[in-house]
Amino acid sequence: MTANVGIVIVSHSAEVARGTADMVRQMVGDEVPLAFCGGDPGGGLGTNVESIMNAIDQAWSDKGVAILVDLGGAETNSEMAIEMQPPERQGRIVVCNAPIVEGAVMAATEASGGAGLADVKRTAEELYPG
Amino acid sequence: MSSAQAAAKIMSFDETTRRRLIETVARRVIAHADELTALDQAIGDGDHGVNMKRGFEAVLADIDSHAAKPLPDALKAIGMALVMKVGGASGPLYGTLFMALGKELPAEPTIADAARALGAAIDAVKARGKSEVGQKTMLDVLAPVREALAAEKDPVAAANAAAEATIPVKAVRGRASFLGDRSIGHMDPGARSSALMIAAVADVLEGR
Repeated sequence: MTANVGIVIVSHSAEVARGTADMVRQMVGDEVPLAFCGGDPGGGLGTNVESIMNAIDQAWSDKGVAILVDLGGAETNSEMAIEMQPPERQGRIVVCNAPIVEGAVMAATEASGGAGLADVKRTAEELYPG
Repeated sequence: MSSAQAAAKIMSFDETTRRRLIETVARRVIAHADELTALDQAIGDGDHGVNMKRGFEAVLADIDSHAAKPLPDALKAIGMALVMKVGGASGPLYGTLFMALGKELPAEPTIADAARALGAAIDAVKARGKSEVGQKTMLDVLAPVREALAAEKDPVAAANAAAEATIPVKAVRGRASFLGDRSIGHMDPGARSSALMIAAVADVLEGR
């Protein structure tokens, strides 16, 4: 069992997703389970449910997973991927309403200190004051 | 009552009919992929036609399996294929629409069943997209179609008029909303694809 909340990065662009994950790794380190995905099922710009589900599997932690998204379709597809998870995972995966790069770094920083899922989400979302 | 309504009431949704429905809807969307992409290039990210084409090609690739299922199970399987293959926001939105219809429709639906099931499916799409009717989305076509079915009026005329009516509307959902006033003057691509599917279903049920 992993002690820290996992982070999943979902961008329309595989390169943005990878670059964001690189920043998290460099700034926060390896104590946080981290996965990323980007691109539609045909390899173009977009997001798709199947790769989000795979990323959730990769970053899974019993403390839960926080997802950072860029644009609307990433959020919609992430919510769909959450609903398709087994019941025991429901309620332990959240989508953060935060900018993807800054939110991922903030969420991972909070998670690396052992914070719970609600605190990780709240920290990422403080980037949108008010 | 139109011929469509009469036909739908007496039609059996047997395997042959289910296959024709799936083929006709899928081929109609695929045939209009360039048009949907052009609409989406005007106000979205220009991938609606490509995404829908990929999704419905995946549906056609499994048509034997889909058509062999009773109508509710076929709709659920098609919805899942669209979720997995379309991508973008339209994958979960259309996937939710088809899966909700599969959950709500009986194997041999009447027009009244269709109206009730579409109402429930519209609620599911609203929840998925966090949107309401009047925000320049597919809902702007689906809601008038449901009303037409409930009133036993022509759903195709309602769908086409409703898609046209999205042209002057300002988008507040999806990426079109980033354009603000610049989204005015273009038909919503999701409204257009919904109207295409409604027309395709009616063509089969009216024997065209």
